[in-house]
Amino acid sequence: MTLLAPTRAGHPPPAPPAARSGRRRLLPYLLLLPGAAWLLIFFGVPLVQLASASLYDPSGSLSTGYAMTWAVGNYPDVLQAYWPQFLRSFGYAGLALVLALLLGYPLAYAIAQKAGRWKNLLLVCVVAPMFTSFLVRTLAWKTILSDNGALVGLLRDVHLLAPDGRLLATPFAVVLGLTYNFLPFLVLPLYASLERLDPRLLEAATDLYASPVQAFRRVTLPLSMPGLVAGTLLFFIPASGDYINAELLGTPNEYMIGNVIDSAFLVRLDYPQGAALSFLLMAAILAVVFGYLRRAGTEEVL
Amino acid sequence: MARETPAGDLRLANLTRRFGVFTAVDDLSLTIEQGSFFALLGASGCGKTTTLRMIGGLEEPTSGQVLLGDRDITRLRPYKRPVNTVFQSYALFPHLTIFENVAFGLRRRGIRSVDDEVTRMLSLVQLDGYGDRRPAQLSGGQQQRVALARALINRPQVLLLDEPLGALDLKLRRQMQIELKRIQTEVGITFVHVTHDQEEAMTMADTVAVMNAGRIEQLGPPADLYEFPATAFVANFLGQSNLLAGEATGAGGGDVAVTAHGTRFSVPAGRSRADHGPVHLGVRPEKLILVGSADQVPAGHQHVTGVVTDASYVGVSTQYLLRTGWGTELSVFAANSGTSTPVAVGSEAVAYWDPRHAFLLPRDAADTDRTSPVLDEPVGASS
Ligand SMILES: Nc1ncnc2c1ncn2[C@@H]1O[C@H](COP(=O)(O)OP(=O)(O)OP(=O)(O)O)[C@@H](O)[C@H]1O
Ligand SMILES: [Mg+2]
Repeated sequence: MTLLAPTRAGHPPPAPPAARSGRRRLLPYLLLLPGAAWLLIFFGVPLVQLASASLYDPSGSLSTGYAMTWAVGNYPDVLQAYWPQFLRSFGYAGLALVLALLLGYPLAYAIAQKAGRWKNLLLVCVVAPMFTSFLVRTLAWKTILSDNGALVGLLRDVHLLAPDGRLLATPFAVVLGLTYNFLPFLVLPLYASLERLDPRLLEAATDLYASPVQAFRRVTLPLSMPGLVAGTLLFFIPASGDYINAELLGTPNEYMIGNVIDSAFLVRLDYPQGAALSFLLMAAILAVVFGYLRRAGTEEVL
Repeated sequence: MARETPAGDLRLANLTRRFGVFTAVDDLSLTIEQGSFFALLGASGCGKTTTLRMIGGLEEPTSGQVLLGDRDITRLRPYKRPVNTVFQSYALFPHLTIFENVAFGLRRRGIRSVDDEVTRMLSLVQLDGYGDRRPAQLSGGQQQRVALARALINRPQVLLLDEPLGALDLKLRRQMQIELKRIQTEVGITFVHVTHDQEEAMTMADTVAVMNAGRIEQLGPPADLYEFPATAFVANFLGQSNLLAGEATGAGGGDVAVTAHGTRFSVPAGRSRADHGPVHLGVRPEKLILVGSADQVPAGHQHVTGVVTDASYVGVSTQYLLRTGWGTELSVFAANSGTSTPVAVGSEAVAYWDPRHAFLLPRDAADTDRTSPVLDEPVGASS
């Protein structure tokens, strides 16, 4: 610093031509332009439309047309009518998340640290189900869990299931479906974090009297936190808004908020209600996410 | 010195580690006395780190045992061993502050009040006030000192140091050496110290071991290794030696007679490790004295003649290369004490030595003269 300062002061760098520096300052914005335009047209505009739809007069219909009456009352109304589905959405998504963490963390750890030359193959295996459609995969689960399927038969035989007990059309099936369908979104970011974990740090921890459990808690877990936070969000957000799993693997008793929104828009054609529910869901998810990030305290994600 | 019960001596018994067909550590057996300072020297890749890892429990030996006192700790988990390591790669925890890095071992052992101890340790390695930083915010040498503090704070029975001072400048390194030596003598920790700095090994260690290709070539007090090396490798790894290929023709009258390149020499029997067959006659460059002609050689000394091909002045001494009649270039270090006259490059000269300073080593029949030091890291042919 002290050496450089006088040189700098003695020879001020020639001022760059105004036009060039202006263009350089604009460059980041120019690069942003296509993406921003895309977002504006396909996300911003529909969002505003949806927001206004959520305030339409609820007594209108598609045939008679909707009047904009700033009906803020739509929000408390839908909340009152569908709060069980809201709670169920977050409950199921949360349960599925716990299951996915129990399955996914060891899986990601094993692939990242222990798989050796099988690493890439295992990663492909994690992603492979995504090559088929979400719908097809869920339908396949419907077959697996069906009442006269092999699984139910086996469970009945070993008395883990009552003779008339079933898996399909239960909350269990829906949570299972959610867990399965969104697992890769949890595993991949976790894998990326754990892959960067230097095994020598674990050696250092054990050298410094940390038992394997302590080494995990004090070194592995904190260092995998960015991947854990990202994976949890990527899992939880789509899972709590999902309706396919409840639709195909559950009954109306297992319907989540996604099912309600689906039927409001496509069956009952009650646009104000559907829009209000969508906005509530968005707000709830944002609240959960921010609350979570606050607690997890990871600067790397936001 | 010999004690009845080896209370806390570290013993390695036939320790072997193979990676596939490659043997990294080959049937290593040695005893390191409790509280002593043991230095392990050796070329890169000779198995030093692997040896330390087996003592620390991070590597499982293929065969053999590690014993601490009477206790066999070969299969003991690393976190249960009273052993700590300063890693060659530092391995600092990137998510923890310097303070927490240093406190890690204490906390894992359930010690609550660590503040005083950590502060003391940080000031010992001259990092006062760095406690709140993260490892990434420190220079390489600072990180290395954190690694040192993190291990030292636990006051283990055995401390393994894998090149713990490699990244420090000379002044700081000397200071740290003094501190380490002080702690070692005060607390009575057994130090196993891997280093590439011969001077460090010689000044600090009670015992030096020179390792080559997974085996210990020689082990003993530093002066013994230097003055009377056991193998050609040691002779040229610790410092430099002029080794002349010759044939020993038997002992007689307390001396061993040697014929090398047509000239007869003799070496005291006490400094000969072989008395017949192919041998290396060794003389350290600083034990050679350069004079202009053979009649200046004092009685009882032996000499070779040659042509001075190079003279480099390095301050404390001048280093000459003397090309002998058979083509080998001998190194001669002439101390710059002001008593000898410089010898011009290109002139004929005579190098003489006192036979009591020479030593005799057995030699493979195919081996020829060896005068260049063993390079630790292979250096590019012409870079
Ligand atoms: N996990 C491993 N798998 C295969 N070979 C290994 C492994 N670890 C070490 N080696 C080999 O064993 C030999 C000894 O390695 P080691 O790390 O002990 O060397 P070192 O003496 O510490 O060298 P340096 O001075 O460069 O640190 C080397 O040839 C190395 O390539
Ligand atoms: Mg090493």
